[in-house]
Amino acid sequence: MDTNILLFALIIPLIGFLINFLFGKKLGKSLSGIIGTTTIVISFIISVCLFLHIKETGEAIRIHLFEWFSLKNFKIDFAFYFDQLTALWLLFVTGIGSLIHLYSTSYMKEDENFHKFFAYLNLFIFFMMVLVSGSNLLMMFIGWEGVGLCSYLLIGFWHQNREYNNASKKAFIMNRVGDLGFLVGTFIIIYIFGTIDFVELREQTVMGITASSFAVLLSFATLALFIGATGKSAQLPLYTWLPDAMAGPTPVSALIHAATMVTAGIFMITRLNFLFDLTPDVQNIIAIIGGITAFMAASIGLMQNDIKKVLAYSTVSQLGLMFMAIGFAAYEIAVFHVITHAFFKACLFLGSGSVIHAIHGEQDMRHMGGLKKYMKITYATFLVSTLAISGIPPLSGFFSKDEILMTAFHNNIPLYIIGSLASIMTAFYMFRLLYLTFFNKFRGTKEQEAHLHESPASMTIPLIVLAILAAVGGLISLPGHSWLNEYLAPVIVNNAASHPHHLGTTEYILMGIAVIGALIGIGLAYNKYIKNQEIPVNDNQVRGIQKVLANKYYLDEIYMAIIVQPLNMLGGFFKNVIELLISGIVLFFAKFASEVSYQGKKLQNGNIGLYLFAFVFGVCTMIYYLFIAR
Amino acid sequence: MNVTFILLTLLIGAILTFVAGKKMALNVAVLTSLVALGLTAFNICEFQNGIDVSFQTQWMTKPNIWISLKADGLSLLMVTLTTFLTPLILLTAVGKDYKNPHKLFALVLFMAFAMTGTFLAEDGFVYYIFWELALIPIFFIALLWGSDTWEIRKAAIIKFFIYTFAGSLFMLIAFLYLYQKSGSFLLPNLAQISLTADEQTWIFLAFFLAYAIKLPIFPFHTWQANTYEKSPAIGTMLLSGIMLKMGVYSILRWQLPLTPQVDERVLNTVLVLCIIGIIYASLIALRETNLKRLLAYSSMAHVGLIAAGAYTFTQDGMQGAVVQMLAHGIVIVALFFLVEIIYKRYRTYEIKDLGGIRAHAIKFTSFFLIFLFASIGLPGTFSFIGEFTLLYSLSQIGWIYAILGGSTIIFGAYYMLKMFEDAILGKTNVKTFADLNSIEFLVLFVLAVAVIFFGIYPKPITDLLFFSI
Repeated sequence: MDTNILLFALIIPLIGFLINFLFGKKLGKSLSGIIGTTTIVISFIISVCLFLHIKETGEAIRIHLFEWFSLKNFKIDFAFYFDQLTALWLLFVTGIGSLIHLYSTSYMKEDENFHKFFAYLNLFIFFMMVLVSGSNLLMMFIGWEGVGLCSYLLIGFWHQNREYNNASKKAFIMNRVGDLGFLVGTFIIIYIFGTIDFVELREQTVMGITASSFAVLLSFATLALFIGATGKSAQLPLYTWLPDAMAGPTPVSALIHAATMVTAGIFMITRLNFLFDLTPDVQNIIAIIGGITAFMAASIGLMQNDIKKVLAYSTVSQLGLMFMAIGFAAYEIAVFHVITHAFFKACLFLGSGSVIHAIHGEQDMRHMGGLKKYMKITYATFLVSTLAISGIPPLSGFFSKDEILMTAFHNNIPLYIIGSLASIMTAFYMFRLLYLTFFNKFRGTKEQEAHLHESPASMTIPLIVLAILAAVGGLISLPGHSWLNEYLAPVIVNNAASHPHHLGTTEYILMGIAVIGALIGIGLAYNKYIKNQEIPVNDNQVRGIQKVLANKYYLDEIYMAIIVQPLNMLGGFFKNVIELLISGIVLFFAKFASEVSYQGKKLQNGNIGLYLFAFVFGVCTMIYYLFIAR
Repeated sequence: MNVTFILLTLLIGAILTFVAGKKMALNVAVLTSLVALGLTAFNICEFQNGIDVSFQTQWMTKPNIWISLKADGLSLLMVTLTTFLTPLILLTAVGKDYKNPHKLFALVLFMAFAMTGTFLAEDGFVYYIFWELALIPIFFIALLWGSDTWEIRKAAIIKFFIYTFAGSLFMLIAFLYLYQKSGSFLLPNLAQISLTADEQTWIFLAFFLAYAIKLPIFPFHTWQANTYEKSPAIGTMLLSGIMLKMGVYSILRWQLPLTPQVDERVLNTVLVLCIIGIIYASLIALRETNLKRLLAYSSMAHVGLIAAGAYTFTQDGMQGAVVQMLAHGIVIVALFFLVEIIYKRYRTYEIKDLGGIRAHAIKFTSFFLIFLFASIGLPGTFSFIGEFTLLYSLSQIGWIYAILGGSTIIFGAYYMLKMFEDAILGKTNVKTFADLNSIEFLVLFVLAVAVIFFGIYPKPITDLLFFSI
């Protein structure tokens, strides 16, 4: 495959960004939207070609452009690397990206900064492509931080709103905490292996040159990298930025904060699977963090009333499940869930966008209801995706989630239970969302009701496509015969050793339990919101454990109290006290010097005898120094 | 052709600017600084073709002093930074009514002359003269054209002058001591003297005092924020963009080569001071309410990291220090210019009086964002290469240094984004904010191109550097 075409696929979203950024206003909205969307579609087409090519030949493509910079013991190339994993990610990033660009042409129509929006979206796709096709850790880091930048720009897209600005700032800073972990991990890897190139790293580990002698240090490296992943992929303890990130326009939530960027952590660890396999302790930590995050986020999701917030916590929870799989070294299963999740979660977010669009910006589910009859397509696609995420067969979410739980069952029973509980809660809160939004009577204002409408085709087409994918996406990795597993085999070094894919009685029983669990969750939601027609109470009436959940376990408040405020207080203390103290000490030295000179001045008292003495003494010293001492 | 032509151009340019009178002064100054830039480029080409562009002649025999201008990768890069930034800094003055412009711009060129001399001089005595000479123009620029009332300004600027001058005296003593040992001030001769470890430590400390104040390193920094705040924008840019780098350059060129066996504990203490400075300055920047003071502390945090890298005494650390020094020079000048643009429109540096500029001025905000993210070391910008190399070199000394020093990437993002949010974003400001004019755009554009180009392709710079380190 011609490398220039690949580079073109990478660069064209950047060109789209530049055109829209520099000339977007002059081009007008329709042209700006066309440019923004077409560039991504072109990238998608090339990605499909790449995917087919790699599937055929099974060989990775490396494009070396130039040496980026070099240090004493190693150099870093500006190079790209396309293998099975990259191709897969490119496929769904550009694919879903195209759909969401198309959707945005309608969704953002009224916005005066329409062209800016498309510029940033294009830039995001560019950085995301760099992230997945970088050939070494630092190239990946360009994309890694670049998508963070775009996320910052897009969360704060409506820059006049202080709350949104705070959310975008928070997202960037919390990601930076993770990024420090990423950097430290990189440093340790350089120290151990003397390279950060993925292919070289892999060769070295497979040959086992450095494995044993650096076991502890390598654990620190993978742990540090995992901290980086918790930032970008919103896991404990750094997940709190993601729900706030819903301040951004809904297509952004769908693309960046659900389908693509937040999977970067999974991608990075899968890319470095051979390193993580050497550090089982860290893998345990990952599995546990993933499980706890899945559970915690799902429980918070039970009590949220903002439609996007529910989906956000659901994303955090699903990402937790993926990390659980990664912790069990079941990389291909995590990747499988990444893909199915990208389909149904993008569909859900776009569906919620369609709903929000119809009722003019309302996001509180307590003011929705009965939308089923006004928005048939949105409802149908939303229903499919909700069933998929709840794990109802034969939709895609069932297969991927079930494989994660099965793997958990074989590795760690407590985590299996936690994961299953999270899944039951997921089924509950997703159907709660569905019932509150689409069923019963409309609870908004009369004026809103008069304007209720289905969204235009450019918004419903992406919904339909995504819903179909959410329904059939499971086909790529059916239990017993997994296409994905075979496809990813060259990428994953210790493939399938720990988790066989054959089907036995245990597997069928587990599947049954999972489905029954999901049905229980759905049943509970039905009972509460359809049969009893309950509507969530006002925020100030929430009591007890529900209040803790509604307030997200007070994690934001805790971080504020133990980290942010102390830092600010310390800053104030330095500024107002220590600075003055240091100034005072400096001044003291200055005063001291001036005092000495004042005393010295007293010598100049007009006493000729003293002057004469000093003169003679001086001359004698000079004579001594010049002639006698030599 | 050799590097003396750059020096002479700047010196003659200073005189011509003064003579040119109030109206023509800026044109003459910009023109000569561009000529100096051209000459620098020419010298670098020659240097890369293997032609020696150094210059050496004896000045006096007793004491033995040489006018020796040594051109190698390091000094040429520093000269490039100076001659690259000088025309841009001069251009920032377009449209601003400074009184007695011919004197001001003559002083700017004279300062560029003195700084270029500092970067080139190979003879310790001449180096020292240039080093102190650079202080005089900035003293007058800050004193005569600065802001605030005369009394307050005078107090701040004189404090700055005496403080830095006093520090340099210790360096002079160290030079005299070395001269008395070797009979020469020339760097190669000084480097050959065999000194005991104790002597080296004392000399190290004497140099350190001079450089720690210039940079500044915690706790020798108290002059900085006040001086930056009171100086006119043009002076702040000269101070933070170039003059501060005289300190880092001198560490690499003079201090470390002369004291290779300095006591490990001293070196470690210095390293710790640098890292304290990073965190300390970042936290103050978090609470700073004045844009110029905030940038002053941010600059201190960045320089703390640069100095820490240099004091690791490793090749990577020194390389990182040079790269980051260049990157920081470009970025900080751009940021101070952006702040100056705000001042020109709103007559204030106080963050609380700002906000809602984004809605008025999209070009301005875009540049602000570019340099903001460059300053916090986003990959793809020049600063990232420097920051990564520096943190990497720290990690080779000790993980804890890398992690503590690395906190700058978190804190930096925190205080810069907070400032951006409060000063630029938010509800549309009631006062209109005129977007960039063409000269402002040009200056920022050139700086932005440099920051991004070298972020992706830093090779020309690192290649040049490898000739010397």
